[in-house]
Amino acid sequence: MKADHSLDCVGLYCPMPIVKTAEKIKELKPGEVLEVVADDKGIKQDMPAWCQTTGHEFVGVEEEGGEIKVYVRKKRG
Amino acid sequence: MAEKEKLTIVVFSGELDRALAAFIVATTGASMGMDTTMFFTFWGLNIIKKNEGGIRSKGLMRKMLNFMNRGGSKRLKLSRFHMLGLGTWMMKRLMKESNVPSIEEFIIMAKQMGVKMVPCSTTCGVMGLEQDSFLSEVESIAGAAFFLNEARQSGVTLFI
Repeated sequence: MKADHSLDCVGLYCPMPIVKTAEKIKELKPGEVLEVVADDKGIKQDMPAWCQTTGHEFVGVEEEGGEIKVYVRKKRG
Repeated sequence: MAEKEKLTIVVFSGELDRALAAFIVATTGASMGMDTTMFFTFWGLNIIKKNEGGIRSKGLMRKMLNFMNRGGSKRLKLSRFHMLGLGTWMMKRLMKESNVPSIEEFIIMAKQMGVKMVPCSTTCGVMGLEQDSFLSEVESIAGAAFFLNEARQSGVTLFI
């Protein structure tokens, strides 16, 4: 999947990937997509939940080996 | 989202494991855009006490209490398997190996994320603790009315 920004969270457990995502998303323009790379399986549940609460769009998840990539589109306005 | 959602956590316990649980939920709440308050009372106050400096409380009994109950995030013990420090040392090491922030790091992070850390006034009074007993990241001492006012507006309230 194509992303405008990437965030490496490999080796980090909850809550760090979410904390870092919340920080990183501030740098994005509305409509841009952030890719978060992690290996903590919790992120597959956590990122959609975070999006539901914050209003950003959960675009999808890709998994390769132990590496999980989740995609978030920054909300407009 | 209409109004900002609120999360309030009462931190009653002063153990490393329970503090970790409280800070994980608090920082995640702040990441989710929730207005987050941690209300520290009783043994929970140990988490936000300064690690350095002498015992400043007045009176023999309070001095004794704060000598026995020194506090400071670096001195917290596990609620189980402390084993004279060995268990706690091992847990801290495992946390570090797993890139989990220490309680010291969590306090700084929480502050940066806008989490309000508030000490309970009654316990401070009983134990002889003043504002300068606590870290600079800590907000002003407040009472139960403050907590209830936060809690009644909160969708989520936890007691740890």
